[in-house]
Amino acid sequence: MSNHLPLLEIKNLKTYFELDSGTVRAVDGVSFSISHGETLGVIGESGCGKSVTAHSILRLIPSPPGRIVDGEILFRRDKQKDDALDLAKLHPKKEQIRHIRGNDISMIFQEPMTSFGPLHTIGNQIMEAIEMHQTELSKEQRRKRTVELLEMVGIPNAEQRVNAYPHEFSGGMRQRAMIAMALSCSPYLLIADEPTTSLDVTIEAQILELLQDLQDQQSMSIMLITHNLAVVSEMSDYISVMYLGKVAEFAETDRILDNPLHPYTKGLWRSIPQIEGEITPLVPIKGSVPGPHDIPTGCVFASRCEQFMEGICDRPQAVPNYEVEPGHFVACYLYDEDVEGGRVDEQSTTASD
Amino acid sequence: MSNQQQPLIEINNLKQFFPVQQGFLRKVVGYVKAVNDVNLNIWSNETLGMVGESGCGKSTLGRTILRLIEPTDGKVYFNYDDERYDIFAMHRKQMRAIRANMQMVFQDPFSSLNERMTVLDNIIEPLVVNQIGNRRERESRAESLLLQVGLRKEHLRRYPHSFSGGQRQRIGVARALSVSPKFIVADEPVFALDVSIQAQILNLLTQLQDDYDLTFLFISHDLGVIRYVADRIAVMYVGKVVELASRDKVLENPLHPYTEALLSAVPRVTRDRRSRIVLKGSPPDPSDLPDGCVFHTRCQYAEDVCRTKVPELRELETGHEVSCHLAESLSLRGVLD
Repeated sequence: MSNHLPLLEIKNLKTYFELDSGTVRAVDGVSFSISHGETLGVIGESGCGKSVTAHSILRLIPSPPGRIVDGEILFRRDKQKDDALDLAKLHPKKEQIRHIRGNDISMIFQEPMTSFGPLHTIGNQIMEAIEMHQTELSKEQRRKRTVELLEMVGIPNAEQRVNAYPHEFSGGMRQRAMIAMALSCSPYLLIADEPTTSLDVTIEAQILELLQDLQDQQSMSIMLITHNLAVVSEMSDYISVMYLGKVAEFAETDRILDNPLHPYTKGLWRSIPQIEGEITPLVPIKGSVPGPHDIPTGCVFASRCEQFMEGICDRPQAVPNYEVEPGHFVACYLYDEDVEGGRVDEQSTTASD
Repeated sequence: MSNQQQPLIEINNLKQFFPVQQGFLRKVVGYVKAVNDVNLNIWSNETLGMVGESGCGKSTLGRTILRLIEPTDGKVYFNYDDERYDIFAMHRKQMRAIRANMQMVFQDPFSSLNERMTVLDNIIEPLVVNQIGNRRERESRAESLLLQVGLRKEHLRRYPHSFSGGQRQRIGVARALSVSPKFIVADEPVFALDVSIQAQILNLLTQLQDDYDLTFLFISHDLGVIRYVADRIAVMYVGKVVELASRDKVLENPLHPYTEALLSAVPRVTRDRRSRIVLKGSPPDPSDLPDGCVFHTRCQYAEDVCRTKVPELRELETGHEVSCHLAESLSLRGVLD
């Protein structure tokens, strides 16, 4: 990491949903940062809060019932200047956040089928997005820019396809068009929420390649949300592993792949069948993800953890974040020197702050 | 592949075409060739992994083998107890008896169970349909099955909605096993599940295979999953099996360019940026197939012969079948080089 300030810094973000059945702590004290031009992979299973985190950044959480209860979302356009804007403080419906949405930060969704309205042509929908943010362009210029964008994301015959309706596009093509729309205003940050999950592997490969090329060209940052470990490891500079609204572990990609520390991360790594290397038996994580109303107090992974320590892991306060080696953070008491049975990993002797 | 003399399932020239209708009179204007002349043997006790992209016909093939849909043409034989049953030639009653030996585990654990029936009734449904046992015998069978798939006795009286996806899939597996089948078609059984749960189900299926000498046709688009469970792998592309061999041969030494591209496309847990083969475009429309090899429109090696002549599936090496004109001359990349 350089001395440059990160593009996006999330500190202790808490997004809760007040439902009749009780409060759901979808995101509960999440912190991480993304630097300019970097890719952060956010990995986790369903219900871990990865999508809610993304929606919180863009202030797209429906309210009520959702609410950002605490925390900061600091956004800096210039890595030299510390004039961060706290997105968490903005009014979700006012001009300032609307200007950021789509212009500075844009998002692509999992479902390419539903992200476009069916009644307008792909071209019109992209042109509308451009019109919202680049008001100075004429209609002709907007159209030209749209065709350029479609060409950039590899849609053949863009000049004609600009007039096509969403149903005339295949899933992969629609995801390309979605990316074209998201990139129409050259954002600083692209949030990609499971961008390839509903696509076939050969199409997935096309889209991932495209995202990497576009990132190289435009030096934008990407926040890539997925449950697919392999996709994250190929694309990301840093990985954040989330479980039940909390970040379990955060580190550089190589580090977290070679030396996962959190029992949940280790469990994930062991339960995914790989396409290469030795075939080892899969070791599943026991049990299943608890429902939103049965989250254990203390460590949220306690109910499924093989290394559960009674009297420690079930303490009601949140687990602190330990910096086990420089830049490698893990929220687990096993790495607390003051806890008996802690510091299991003897190799990592670097002191935490 | 324990029984070398006769396969458990023989699939001969199987075709499944769906008519495309148009206009007021519903005139048939063409056919979607979902399964287009497939020949395949499935041996007793093996897991045959079937991979391919969406729309390649792998699910339709699975369903047609079980005669959940009537085929357009072709034969499927089920060899069992020294008898050879012609699946498509059987009457309803005979079919019912034989179907107890052939079951299916479905992809979506949320729609494959009947929400209005208790777990018990869901599990014993196949026994009721096949008129096996009385109520008490069925219940005790359901109980022992539930334990085997890792659930508890008290779950029997509950309704499916109170279970998670992984638990529902376990119930689906218990239901398939209730009639003690020999052959199970598992159609993307772990697709909708989280990875930690996926591993539980995969281990369960492998365990049950050992316990009950099951034979699986395991359909999945996930090559990692297929590699973990399969003994042999069949690769399907637009209605045709393009390559068939042992797991290691297909993965390490593929002979079909589509297999090579598929393997190359799978994201890996590694940081080396590989030179990935990125296929252009998408698969052809199965109702409007190109002349010659179905893959030639996306194949980087395609030559003139590929555009005109349909390649046959042929045995190039012992136990390694491929349908590619150029297979001898190409040297393709697998996953481990």
